[in-house]
Amino acid sequence: MTVRMAPGRAFDPAGAAAAATDAILRDTLHSPHRGVVVDSPPGAGKSTLVVRAARELAAAGRPLMIVAQTNAQVDDLVLRLAEQDPGLPVGRLHSSDRHPYDPALDAFDHVVPSARVAELAGLDVVVSTAAKWAHTKVAEPWGHAIVDEAYQMRSDALLAVAGLFERALFVGDPGQLDPFSVVGAEQWAGLSYDPSASAVSTLLAHNPDLPQHRLPVSWRLPASAAPLVSDAFYPYTPFRSGTGHGERRMAFAVASDGSGPDRVLDEAAGTGWGLLELPARHTPRTDPEAVGAVALVVRRLLDRGGAVTSERSPDPVPLTADRVAVGTAHRDQAAAVRAALAGLGVDPGPGGVTVDTANRLQGREFDVTVVLHPLSGRPDATAFHLETGRLCVLASRHRHACIVVCRAGVDRLLDEHPSTDPVQLGVTVKFPDGWEANHAVLAHLAEHRVAWRP
Amino acid sequence: MSLIGTLARMEAVREGRARPLATVRHRHLAARPLVFVPLTTAGEAGAPLGALVGTERDAPRLLVVAQPRDRDMRFAFLAELADAMLPYVEAYGDAVEHEERKETDPETGRKVPVEVELCADAPQLLVPSAAGVEYVRLLGRSMRFRRTAEQDPDAPHPAPPRVPLLGRWLTHFGERAHVPGSSLLLAMTQLLGRHWATGQSALEDQHLGALLAWIDPPDGMPGGQAALRAELERDADGLLIHPPAGPATDPVFDNKRLAPAVTRYDRARTEALEAAPHRFAAAQEALADADRALRELLASQLRPTWDAVWHGVDLLRALPEGAHVAERWKRDRWSYTGHRDRVRAGEPPQPRRDDAVTAARKLAARETAQARLDAQEALDDPLVMAARRLAGEAFAGEVTEVVMEYTQAKVARPRPLVTLRTADGPHVADGATLHRALPDGRTQSAEFVAYGPGGTLTVRLTGGMGRGKVPDTGSVPEPGHHVCWTLFDHAPRGGPDLPDPEQTPWTHGGPPAAVAEAPDPVTAEDRL
Repeated sequence: MTVRMAPGRAFDPAGAAAAATDAILRDTLHSPHRGVVVDSPPGAGKSTLVVRAARELAAAGRPLMIVAQTNAQVDDLVLRLAEQDPGLPVGRLHSSDRHPYDPALDAFDHVVPSARVAELAGLDVVVSTAAKWAHTKVAEPWGHAIVDEAYQMRSDALLAVAGLFERALFVGDPGQLDPFSVVGAEQWAGLSYDPSASAVSTLLAHNPDLPQHRLPVSWRLPASAAPLVSDAFYPYTPFRSGTGHGERRMAFAVASDGSGPDRVLDEAAGTGWGLLELPARHTPRTDPEAVGAVALVVRRLLDRGGAVTSERSPDPVPLTADRVAVGTAHRDQAAAVRAALAGLGVDPGPGGVTVDTANRLQGREFDVTVVLHPLSGRPDATAFHLETGRLCVLASRHRHACIVVCRAGVDRLLDEHPSTDPVQLGVTVKFPDGWEANHAVLAHLAEHRVAWRP
Repeated sequence: MSLIGTLARMEAVREGRARPLATVRHRHLAARPLVFVPLTTAGEAGAPLGALVGTERDAPRLLVVAQPRDRDMRFAFLAELADAMLPYVEAYGDAVEHEERKETDPETGRKVPVEVELCADAPQLLVPSAAGVEYVRLLGRSMRFRRTAEQDPDAPHPAPPRVPLLGRWLTHFGERAHVPGSSLLLAMTQLLGRHWATGQSALEDQHLGALLAWIDPPDGMPGGQAALRAELERDADGLLIHPPAGPATDPVFDNKRLAPAVTRYDRARTEALEAAPHRFAAAQEALADADRALRELLASQLRPTWDAVWHGVDLLRALPEGAHVAERWKRDRWSYTGHRDRVRAGEPPQPRRDDAVTAARKLAARETAQARLDAQEALDDPLVMAARRLAGEAFAGEVTEVVMEYTQAKVARPRPLVTLRTADGPHVADGATLHRALPDGRTQSAEFVAYGPGGTLTVRLTGGMGRGKVPDTGSVPEPGHHVCWTLFDHAPRGGPDLPDPEQTPWTHGGPPAAVAEAPDPVTAEDRL
């Protein structure tokens, strides 16, 4: 499915995005409903929207609380608010752990960090995690709230904080990883308030009339990636890239040495996608060959003096390690990649290449990502590895190119493992399912395949 | 499955015998458990066919429904089941200890200590398989809303008061079984599967006979062969030598034995009802014969499973109990005491569906219980800890160096740096919090500092050293000591504070309607 445009009129991404944002802000400030829901595809300016909505609410004399899901997200939001609006007093409600928040916040006079909400009374904006808010008691509820990453928030987490506010703007990406529980919750499947479901599904089940909006343009994904991600993961709510073909370019100073990693880098530089395919084999999760291939691709990427050109600046910008990420499905795989990178003299860590799991890469943005395919080398395809959101996160973090490293035979593996999850009465079947999305991505990647030849 | 679990299964294949997954028993096993082996009728959910129940392995009580589609006979079975189970379940309600608990005073809002009763012990139900646990839940669901003649004189099939009461207890047992680490209601296959790895898949482990064949194979036979025999071996009539552990029956048995026996019983009953006076005695005798034949038939299917469950009990009793098992059993005792109180206070049966707040509370409690169970099993059992160490969630090694350091605060506190040599590869980031169990049972916290050369790493102790400037004796490890740090918390915190159900917010549909639940309506299926 593709987005249909009105004939004879070119798609104006900036205009479409601005119109959507205006409608959202209008509903947030003036709608008679208690909630507004905004679906945002990857890189569609969700954080920008949250910051803008917070500033407009505060400017209208309506103090608000913001609920985010992780401390990193909270710190990021507070930083953006503080930088963009030096006159806006912002409270950072934090835990009483050691190093509870990013020390960078201390640089701002108008940001007040505290572990007690009473010390933040009277501030225009107070930001914290859902977990911290859940342990907070207030005499008078806030008039407004913004709930960020609402699709990653569990219904029971919303239940714990919903008493703190009168009305709220819920913002999130429905295509990313669903919240999960380490214990079985089938007992409540099908109930509108299933505690393990996402906050938005419970909210909409009980309040079906709430205005729902959608951000139509991904500013992160290049023109080469937006159609694939949109078709594979958002078939009923398509979006476009904010940039056109050719607006983003990636080039290397050093020519290819003809090896697999170099050829896949060239393929990705030219088309935005690359698949480095290793011979079919069943392997342990931390497949040493695949992990080594990932590390080598990153090493060559940095060695070959990459430079990227985008709408952000007219001149090519050097591709540095901090603009590169490696994504995996499991933490032990991430650890193995870090070790392999360190072995090749690449520093994974702060300021260097980011190596993490899909769960932790959610909401982050890089120029180039190298992905170890979740199904690579596996003998079976479990629901965990088939989850739509996992692949969606991994395939939508990049501004320029995404390189997937994978064992051959995943297509056969998929055919042998159709999704067999029991259908629960009353549960909305999620489309597309992971099986279908995996096939769609794989079919596209097959056009950019390079065989492994070190 | 953990890497070490996969290894154990491969070793089991090689050796033809199950390999231990634990060095201690991680679940409470009562001195006198109540074993319950139910069978159900094919094709009709929740229509019991028969059961063996009891606490003595030599004297199970056999309960049979001669015609499972007959509602009256089914209710008679349930009443008999209540007679067999309730005395055991209720027997633990009177011996109590007194415990102090903090409760919120409704007037002052302060937490004040209150003395409350805690039952000294609790009943334990053992069923053969996970399907048996589900069946207990189903029985509870079908019984707890049954109306007694006293409640409703017009009810079509009034139940004796003990039936809904047993339904409430079985519902409680079924709910409690969802809590990780609880032991009020246990499935033998899950118990054995927790402690041994067989050379077959987890799915095949759900066959109690096959599982036992791997763990304790009959003399000389390799486990795989014994398991195959337990699953497939049939006699000349095509009947399984080892009938399934239920509650579902073997279809061959249903067709060849059960159906003719039930038909014979039906015919005998019709004749007994319609018999002319001079044939009456003979007809009664024929009915009694048919009844006896059915009872023997079902006993032949139930008894092997009954014996297998006790076999499993013997195997598990041979393992020493884990150090934290008693603490978890105490939580089961609290749960039993709580339900005893609700029954005694005359509260209505558990609702059909949880409201939003109750569901969220249960989920949070179970997640906490899971985290606690994972931590406690690892602390109790070096084999389980080895799996966590392999997964990068813990590391152990010998202390090579201790450097005393102090905080910069006005009252300097000790913050010694401990370096240890380890072959483990923990997934730690800078500043990550670590935990260590001290010999006195307390937990010491530390933070990861750095990796050193030659497989060493350094941590900084941040607690568990007492209040003074000089750490308590024994609280700081010394060079040569063997220590084990975990990345996971040993006593994980509970979930968030949730509102009362009456305060359910608008996002979750507002407060639930406060109407008592009506009994199940009579449907066409009730009049088959």
